[in-house]
Amino acid sequence: MNGSMNVSSNPHVRSKATTSGIMISVAIALLPAAGFGVYNFGWRALMLLCVCIATCVASEYIYEKCMKKKVTIGDFSAVVTGLLLGMNLPASAPWWIAVIGGMFAIVVVKMLFGGLGQNFMNPALGARCFLLISFTARMTTFTYDGVTGATPLAVLKSGGNVNTYDMVIGRIPGTIGETSVIAIVIGACFLLLSGIIDLRIPASYIITFALFIGIFGGYGFDPYFLTAHLSGGGLMLGAFFMATDYVTSPITPAGKYAFGIILGLLTGIFRIFGGSAEGVSYAIILGNLLVPLIERVTLPKCFGKGGENR
Amino acid sequence: MNKAGERFLNGLIKENPTFVLMLGMCPTMAVTTSCINAVGMGLSTTVVLILSNMVISALRKVIPDKVRIPAFIVIIASFVTIVEMLMKGYLPDLYSALGIYIPLIVVNCIILGRAEAYAYKSPVFPSMFDGIGMGLGFTLGLTCIGAVRELIGAGQIFGLQVMPSSYEPVTLFILAPGAFFVLAVLVAVQNKVRAGKNTDKAVGSCGSSCQTCSVAGCGGHFYEAEKTTAKEDKS
Repeated sequence: MNGSMNVSSNPHVRSKATTSGIMISVAIALLPAAGFGVYNFGWRALMLLCVCIATCVASEYIYEKCMKKKVTIGDFSAVVTGLLLGMNLPASAPWWIAVIGGMFAIVVVKMLFGGLGQNFMNPALGARCFLLISFTARMTTFTYDGVTGATPLAVLKSGGNVNTYDMVIGRIPGTIGETSVIAIVIGACFLLLSGIIDLRIPASYIITFALFIGIFGGYGFDPYFLTAHLSGGGLMLGAFFMATDYVTSPITPAGKYAFGIILGLLTGIFRIFGGSAEGVSYAIILGNLLVPLIERVTLPKCFGKGGENR
Repeated sequence: MNKAGERFLNGLIKENPTFVLMLGMCPTMAVTTSCINAVGMGLSTTVVLILSNMVISALRKVIPDKVRIPAFIVIIASFVTIVEMLMKGYLPDLYSALGIYIPLIVVNCIILGRAEAYAYKSPVFPSMFDGIGMGLGFTLGLTCIGAVRELIGAGQIFGLQVMPSSYEPVTLFILAPGAFFVLAVLVAVQNKVRAGKNTDKAVGSCGSSCQTCSVAGCGGHFYEAEKTTAKEDKS
């Protein structure tokens, strides 16, 4: 049939936003944090980021070729996944961990469930948790300035003192992309201003988490303690870049608040009562699994429906 | 004797309890962390399965229909207790590795399922071979999963170092999630193999696809019926 004779189903009003456009914006927004990671941890970090991105794109291409599906590497989602995964690795990780993680993220977490839009959890975080459980020692060895040290969160957990000024700037051991709050916030502002993400999820996430830490953290609302917890670990990176992933977060406005609150509570529980100092990855993955339920509960009423039955 | 061979192969391959019937998933997930555990679990289930199939088949005219399930359970539980005590006495290491999953053989779906589906309706001799086939099929399934998990998760098979010493074990595979990954991949692979064998035979004498069919409104029932008869003819 002639293409112009087709009437497609609604919506008929189109937005100019495309998947590749959004993904490129997210990648650009990640650049300040990634760049700071490279400045902080040296060329090794750059190598890891490149290996992650290359593996993700290559696995998507090879999988789709083998399964005789349409090749979708042009939508840049694999690039974003690779970049996020790389930013979640410690700079001392060997290259093959990046390769295994990239393959796991794309093939197992994303493509096996049907590709972009069908994956039920964030591929980069799924792969990070897979690596964290499989190679615990390598994934939790953080080197900074040639010295292997504990992350500020671990120091905080064992009752030590940390320098909150360094934590905000990012001059601390940690994964490649999570250390600098300033760089992450610059990227997040870009995304917020260009309308790609909105503040609902990150704001409710961070506020809930701060309240939880204030109530259960043992120090009350002590500004020093709160700042350390808010800028330590992957909280900022997770709240702005991973929890807001379109595929794995709720689309209803009320659902977004609910999602953020659940993430804040889970992160707080994991950090304060859990065995490990960090809990953002697990909290977001667990939250991802709850998204279908959250959306069902918070489904807005159709116009004309609801109200009293007559 | 032909019947016995057919029963044996049916349990081992055609209706493999792990990969085709998907029965007994709880021990399958839990104990396949190594080959030794998998074989131990599979063989102890096999022993219980053979003995319970034989006894239930021998008593099938005595057991009243209404209370057959409690009767099956009593028979199965007796054999499980025997196996458990023997294992505790002679293989204490394996016993402590398998733990709670030995007494749980009582409620293993395969055993009760075979009692209900086959042994209760069939003579003793074929029932015995049904038990052997199903039991060894279960053992085969568990060992395959255990081998893959042990190879990736510890670099060993049956406790022998296979991978080079520079290999770093992927610990996740000997934890619970690894069982799901390995089982899913193995089932997918063998489904793919089986599907490749069956597609050409599945189209029955109904012949063509439903779009060109002259029987209006059959809704594909004829086609489905043809498929099932074709399958039954084969077996």
